[in-house]
Amino acid sequence: MSYLPYALAVWIFAVGLYGVVTSRNLIHLVVSLTVAQSSTYVLLLSIGYVNRGTAPIFADVPKGTRAVDPVVQALTLTDVVVSVTVASLLLALALQAQKRTGKTDPDEVAAMHG
Amino acid sequence: MTRQTRIGLFAVSAAGLAALLLWAVAGLPDFGHYRGPYGKVLNSVAVGERHATNVVAAVTFDYRGFDTLGEEFILFASVMGVALLLRHERGERERLTTRIHSDAVRLGGAGFAAGLLALGLYVVAHGYLTPGGGFQGGVVLASAFALVYLAGDYRSYRALAPIPAIDFAEGAGAGGYAVVGVVSLLLGSAFLHNFGPLGTTGTLASAGSIPFLNIASALEVSAAFLLLFTEFLEELAVTPGDG
Amino acid sequence: MDVLVPLPVVIPLLTAAGLTATGHFLGRRADDLAGIAAAAATTVISTLLVLRSLDHDLVYWFGGWTPRHGIALGVAFDVDPLSAVLAALAGALVTASFVFAWRYFDEVGTLFHVLMLVFLAAMTGFVLSGDIFNMFVFFELMSVCVFGLVGYAIEHRAPLQGAINFAVTNTVGALLLLFGIALVYGRTGALNLVQIGSVLQGSRPDGLLVVAFGLLLAGFLVKAGAVPFHFWLSDAYAVAPIPVCVVLSGVMSDLGLHAVGRIYWPAFSGVFSANADGLRGVLVGAGVLTALLGGTMAFFQRDLKRLLAFVTIGHVGIFLAGVGLLTARGLAGTTLYVLADGFLKGGLFLAVGILVRRAQDGDELRLRGRGRRAPMAGLAFLLGGLGLAGLPPFGTFVGSALIIRSAGDVGYDWLPPLLTAASILTAGTVLRAGARIFLGWGDADDPSLSHEPRAADEEPEKVPGRVSPPLLFGPALALIVVGLGLAFTPGLAGRATQWAQRFENRPAHAAEVLRGVVPPAASAPAFHPGAAPYVYGAISTVGAVAFALFGLYRRRLPTLLQRGPGRLAAGPAARLKALHSGIVGDYVAWVTFGATALTGLLALTLR
Repeated sequence: MSYLPYALAVWIFAVGLYGVVTSRNLIHLVVSLTVAQSSTYVLLLSIGYVNRGTAPIFADVPKGTRAVDPVVQALTLTDVVVSVTVASLLLALALQAQKRTGKTDPDEVAAMHG
Repeated sequence: MTRQTRIGLFAVSAAGLAALLLWAVAGLPDFGHYRGPYGKVLNSVAVGERHATNVVAAVTFDYRGFDTLGEEFILFASVMGVALLLRHERGERERLTTRIHSDAVRLGGAGFAAGLLALGLYVVAHGYLTPGGGFQGGVVLASAFALVYLAGDYRSYRALAPIPAIDFAEGAGAGGYAVVGVVSLLLGSAFLHNFGPLGTTGTLASAGSIPFLNIASALEVSAAFLLLFTEFLEELAVTPGDG
Repeated sequence: MDVLVPLPVVIPLLTAAGLTATGHFLGRRADDLAGIAAAAATTVISTLLVLRSLDHDLVYWFGGWTPRHGIALGVAFDVDPLSAVLAALAGALVTASFVFAWRYFDEVGTLFHVLMLVFLAAMTGFVLSGDIFNMFVFFELMSVCVFGLVGYAIEHRAPLQGAINFAVTNTVGALLLLFGIALVYGRTGALNLVQIGSVLQGSRPDGLLVVAFGLLLAGFLVKAGAVPFHFWLSDAYAVAPIPVCVVLSGVMSDLGLHAVGRIYWPAFSGVFSANADGLRGVLVGAGVLTALLGGTMAFFQRDLKRLLAFVTIGHVGIFLAGVGLLTARGLAGTTLYVLADGFLKGGLFLAVGILVRRAQDGDELRLRGRGRRAPMAGLAFLLGGLGLAGLPPFGTFVGSALIIRSAGDVGYDWLPPLLTAASILTAGTVLRAGARIFLGWGDADDPSLSHEPRAADEEPEKVPGRVSPPLLFGPALALIVVGLGLAFTPGLAGRATQWAQRFENRPAHAAEVLRGVVPPAASAPAFHPGAAPYVYGAISTVGAVAFALFGLYRRRLPTLLQRGPGRLAAGPAARLKALHSGIVGDYVAWVTFGATALTGLLALTLR
């Protein structure tokens, strides 16, 4: 039972990757990639969780209160920013692909091969 | 490869990868039994050392502030990249989209936008005291502007957020963060070393240079999102030779 | 703490931010000048860092957070000569690229310069960092900058394909990295590399550690472009603007391999040292596979940029094999090889850029004979090709000599012939292209070369007008000359080995970083290559020339020779080419396969 959150992260990762590999629409591909990225948030935050721990914010709780790990939260914050930036760039590319070729199917955008 | 071959290759690989990953996570400490020293040490010393009650903000802007500098510039670079990718060729005319006519929607939107602006500023300002911070508040601020477009029209949105001003804010935010770090260098300590009075824990006047970094990142994040909105909205507004 | 350490990252970042904020108000040449100044300053400072770290690492704790009781609280830069030298290489290539790109990107204002400067900062930060999450941040920063730059020529389809494939594949690689980092953090509670190593001291290599290392390896190898993670590289490098390719091919690909060494030695060498042979086999095997595949695919290209992209992949294979030997000499040799090779490939890309600018075309067959009007570029091609072949004693010879000796030390005597074969393939192809373009040799048509269809509605790559010759030719020749001449630095091989040995000594390294204990200065052993490297170098050079001639005159061989082996090779060659389909779904499937295979092999050999 105690490894379920980690297994969940693995499952989300696999599902996201499946979406990327089988996608027929560039927008769907970007969203699948975002899903795969969110698996890392789940993993990081689950690793830092402490039983009966509160948020690491001591504004209204005394200093020594048991709290969860703040470092993974900072890491996840960075991770979220990275996801957003990649998604925005890929969406811009998808938009341009649609404008130039009229298609959004990743299987058909390819112009170079071999 | 045909699609079937590809899916087959992926299915086999993913099954193997999932098995390996599950084997790996079995070696992690039980959920809820985080053991590592890093977080525990920081939880116990951060408030005392930096007079900031939000330890996550202390980690983001002080202990691991250099990571955040990189993160700022990731956002910065992606916005520049989007601007590069969505740039317009000559010959594409601008056609403005329709405006909302209902007064109720426009009034409500304006009211909410003002509220969001206030909320965003509050979240930014209290970032090192309570949950929030430059990133979170910056996004809220940007959404206030987006609401102007949604409940009003494109022209008002563009009037409120002209590109040269946002570009400047973007550069100033990202550069400002780096400049704060350089100030520490000039003061003779390490890059991004906290300086300034630590003040009283729990009040706005505390945590040394963390507030400056907080504000710089809020400026940068809100400007970045505004630039992204503008770039993408321009795609809607601009159509090649369309009446 | 040395105040110079953060500057290679801070200077380009501040310049980029400044250009963005003031770009609307400054004159037209401001971005070119600012870019060159910032990149040159970064190069100079990185070189100074090399000199200052000769005896012991420079450790810099950001925010002033020095470790407490052996626990690292902040982010550290861990500067050693091998890393600083790569930072200097990055700076030099970006400077050359800015000079070449004078007025190239006027229409996009400051965007090109800003992105390149942030890219430079990301590369120097990535290579100097001693914290695994900090490395991830700079890894992503590098990627994000390049996503935009690769898709620069948005009017055409190919750049879109290249950029999409690049972005999706590299993001999947970054995810693998992040998974690995999370696992390591969960086990050790640390993000600083030497601290991870200290915590893992004496641990058994269990499932978590093996898989974490496998994921980290896979993530970095995606960036480096090793097989089977390499598909995006040929698409992306073929469509990026030339000034960007110079930097991508010259240094970015190699940073992924440097990172493998950088995480292995401080963090994982203690855990896996007992089973190092298995790891060595996996890495060297992957390297050889990459080298041979890269060289083979390069031979089948006629688009010059795609050709050089596969040459890059081929050399990445050589470097992976060098790092994979897991010895100090191997690491030293690889770094020196990377250094010389980076300058040479950068110069070759600039030579291609000169051709494209003059002739408005980048196809080897269509350019046949037209290079006669640009003899300087031809000279760059010839010298670059010979340098890549490892002509003793120039350029890449020193690095490959160290790798050959190191292979002998660990009993991998079969490795040097294979690596020589790979460099024959890559250098030979470069020489073939050069001879065909600048001397007009060879057949006018060759159907075995991949034909890139040019759609009727697509105009040729839009290239800016005339630029003064020194700005055009200067950077290319300068890079080639430096690449060839580096080998003559006195005592380089011995000292590089000594620097690499600092990595091997993990406890001393940890003491230095976490407790500030400065190790005593060691003396540099002199390195005598012996006869074998000279023999291999000569074989490689002669072989490359012969292979080039084969490539040029293949169809004039007696029909008997053509029919038998030719038909034998045609089938597999066509299938290999078909694998490079340009479809992103295929590429991600291969990345998944590669990650699983790599981690699976590690699981089998490391326990």
